[in-house]
Amino acid sequence: MEKTSRKKKKTVTRRAFLQGLGGGAAGAALATRIRGQAAGSGQAEAPLPAAYTRKTINFTVNGKQVSAEVEPRETLLEVLRDQLKLAGTKRTCDRGECGGCTVLVDGQAMYSCLFPAVRANGRQVVTVEGLAEGEALHPVQQAFIEKDAYQCGYCMPGFIMASVALLNQNPNPSLGQIKAGLSGNLCRCGNYVKIYEAVAAASQKMRKS
Amino acid sequence: MKKTAYLETARGAKPQGKETPAAAPAEFKIIGQPTPRVDGKLVVTGRAVYTHDVYFKDMLFAKILRSPHASAEVTAVDLTAAQGLSGVMAAVKLKEGRVKYEGEQVAAVAAVSERIAEDALKLIKVEYRTLPFVVTPEKAMAEGAPRVHDSANLEKINEYSRGSVDQGFAEAEVTFERTYRTAIEIHQPVETHASVAKWDGDELTVWDSTQAIFNVRDGLAEALGIPETKVRVIKMYMGGGFGSKLDVNEHTIVAAGLARQTGRPVKITLTRKENSLCVGNRPSTQITIKGGAKKDGTLTALSLKNITCGGTDRGDEASEPLIDIYKCPNVKVEEFTVFTNTGAGRATRAPGHVQGTFALEGFMEELATELGLDPLEFRRKNYTTSNQGGTGIVYSSKGLDKCYDIGAQRIDWTRRNKKPGEGQGKRRRGLGMASQIWWGGGVPGTLADIKLHRDGSVEAISGTQDLGCGTRTFMAIITAETLGLEPKDITIKIGDTVYPWAPISGGSLTAPSVGPAIRDAALKAADYLREMAAKKLSVPAADIVLAGGKLFAKSKPDTSIAFKDLVKGMRREAVFHGERGPMPAGFAYNTFGAHFAEVEVDTETGRISVIKVVAVHEVGRILNRLTAESQVVGGITQGISTALFEERVIDENTGKMVNPNLQNYKIATSMDMPEIVPIFVDLVDPRINNLGNKGLGEPPRIPPSAAVANAVYNAVGVHLREIPMTPDKVLRALQSKEAGS
Repeated sequence: MEKTSRKKKKTVTRRAFLQGLGGGAAGAALATRIRGQAAGSGQAEAPLPAAYTRKTINFTVNGKQVSAEVEPRETLLEVLRDQLKLAGTKRTCDRGECGGCTVLVDGQAMYSCLFPAVRANGRQVVTVEGLAEGEALHPVQQAFIEKDAYQCGYCMPGFIMASVALLNQNPNPSLGQIKAGLSGNLCRCGNYVKIYEAVAAASQKMRKS
Repeated sequence: MKKTAYLETARGAKPQGKETPAAAPAEFKIIGQPTPRVDGKLVVTGRAVYTHDVYFKDMLFAKILRSPHASAEVTAVDLTAAQGLSGVMAAVKLKEGRVKYEGEQVAAVAAVSERIAEDALKLIKVEYRTLPFVVTPEKAMAEGAPRVHDSANLEKINEYSRGSVDQGFAEAEVTFERTYRTAIEIHQPVETHASVAKWDGDELTVWDSTQAIFNVRDGLAEALGIPETKVRVIKMYMGGGFGSKLDVNEHTIVAAGLARQTGRPVKITLTRKENSLCVGNRPSTQITIKGGAKKDGTLTALSLKNITCGGTDRGDEASEPLIDIYKCPNVKVEEFTVFTNTGAGRATRAPGHVQGTFALEGFMEELATELGLDPLEFRRKNYTTSNQGGTGIVYSSKGLDKCYDIGAQRIDWTRRNKKPGEGQGKRRRGLGMASQIWWGGGVPGTLADIKLHRDGSVEAISGTQDLGCGTRTFMAIITAETLGLEPKDITIKIGDTVYPWAPISGGSLTAPSVGPAIRDAALKAADYLREMAAKKLSVPAADIVLAGGKLFAKSKPDTSIAFKDLVKGMRREAVFHGERGPMPAGFAYNTFGAHFAEVEVDTETGRISVIKVVAVHEVGRILNRLTAESQVVGGITQGISTALFEERVIDENTGKMVNPNLQNYKIATSMDMPEIVPIFVDLVDPRINNLGNKGLGEPPRIPPSAAVANAVYNAVGVHLREIPMTPDKVLRALQSKEAGS
């Protein structure tokens, strides 16, 4: 996305905004303005309500303080991938059905495609890029390699983050608890059985250390 | 790619070699062991680059406007408003005239962000004149149904016959006819289809989420009217394909066109809805099998009629398992496709065989019961060591009998209900099994290079693709094995059309095509190194062994030189070209397997739980036990998903798909998984290639739905002849059984 054009000031009338809620062409035109692209020869209009203007958010990603300018409708997933170029977090269904975009927000597993970016303000976000310490992999990452827990690997960042959240909350999960803990993530290659093995192995390793 | 072309490729070239290739050694050190993926670290840290992750600074984002109608005439497309939207760099019309399914492309835009591109689509004004449509095979076959194409909606696509079925049925003591139905499945790879197109002068580079870089290159060159030499296609990592990414896609051509028009790189990523509508599906089938047998279980005749539906394209031929797997002298097959106004089918992991095996193996189960025979014994009774469809050509190797023995023992086949449905109680358990046949011999002519560098680094290079099956890792394993190194020492270069040619990654072709080509190149490199070492060590080259990063004389083991020291002496880097040789004629090359499933059926809710699956496969030599097991686990998971959940639903009134997402199109989750026991019959094919290996992509995907259906039959005594076996169908079947008894 083009950052320069995003900084331009947008305006929209209340009437246009309400019409926009009804969808259709007016909605499309409105959405454009909200997003901040120049909308042609716009007439003088009332300023956008505060809730709909761009906001600067400050949060930590993988331990680093970052700030981003976001629109209210932007998701954490978009900010991570498009602005911060952290492409490890994947967009798969984009509507909270598959868990491919799972990250940790203050230690909790979250679908970043459903998490409004503005809500990340002041929070601590961890993505798959932030698990390893230098070249030393997190025990979950190590176990996923050793047990061959993935095939194409595209859903893996989501599964790994969900597994880390699960083990943080329950260091010694039963097989049933592992299955339930990962039931919000889809693996189309179908490697679930191998994933349980990896989570169990990681659990054992983490409890020993 | 057209399914017919896919099947031709999967079947493999007609074996025509005269000699058996360099015999595969009986024992290897690394090949066959469990080896973790060489690129594991890249994937688990999120650094592996998928097409979705390809990014250029001045890149534009394309979106496609698609027909909301199943059938319509596009009479006008007005791009003016879209073109006027700030941030839109190009808008193009893609269609004039008739659109034939929901999701067919009509127009496209390229904009500075995906969100602006989405908004621009809403500003495109399209005038449609809607036309009558038909979305179900039944209605498409009815008299007076709207025609999907200019030709008739029903078309014969295959026929086959051997012997005389009339005579065979006359000889039979028991005859039996049943009809089986399979639903349309969507591939739903987790990474939706995506392409990035970038021009540099008159040269085009495309990063594509594809299983077939050379198909994409050739398709783009043809579509754009430029030489293949001006197109380069790159695929690094890909989030699943399962057959839906075997050919150049329309949206890739659109991205290339928009990139040329704007002079900027253009990226297109399809949405989940687009992925559901217009990049393929597994065609439905309605398969009627009639079979005849003697009372002792000897098959005398089999006939099959298939009516398949692949939307606007042809459906799947599903008769191959029936033609080939059992000894039966009299067989007749007729297959028809029905066209409908829905997205076109594409090859879907084991096309035709999944549907055909569900029907055939369900039929064998029911016929065995009718004959009062154990279903496994019935299959053994009709066992054959020659390929029936190939008029009796002997299999180069066939370990299906061993699969039966091992599987029956591991599931404890004696536990099955002797009479289907004899168990009592609300929850009833049953055991079922199914056999599998597929090709998987590989493609002669596949190329690969091994490059030795003077600093001791080694590259294994092939224009193949790693779909997640572990191609990179088996290439490293074979190279390391042959050169006496470790897999981690080998740099893998794949997924680029500048590399030596390799076939599509589909049809279980990759390992038996690329593996032997790599082995061939590595053997040449090893010979070269032996000659060099022989001179240095003053021993005959034939006496030199490569192992442990060293070259040493077998007769004088302390006379050695380190690999790294030896290659330092090369004048320049050295490249060795390898090729996968032909297969000796006179033999059939196939893969085999048998799955044994245990299920529990809740007779109150109609819910089926799969408890355990024992999967035994014979695919020649295993290259990497770890990734091979993942293939089997994945195939079973998908097979269970097909058996219990998956179905594309189209509203007959609107012609629109009602479940184009992952919430309503249900696929198996971690909660649906049984215990899975993958087992391989360790057997080395003596002549297929220089490694003795066959493919494994398709085989484990084929038998699960049939094995589960047969286990359900064994549990409750009623055979569900339609997948997915959703609870409503189970309850209906149970009710009809009660009513009938």
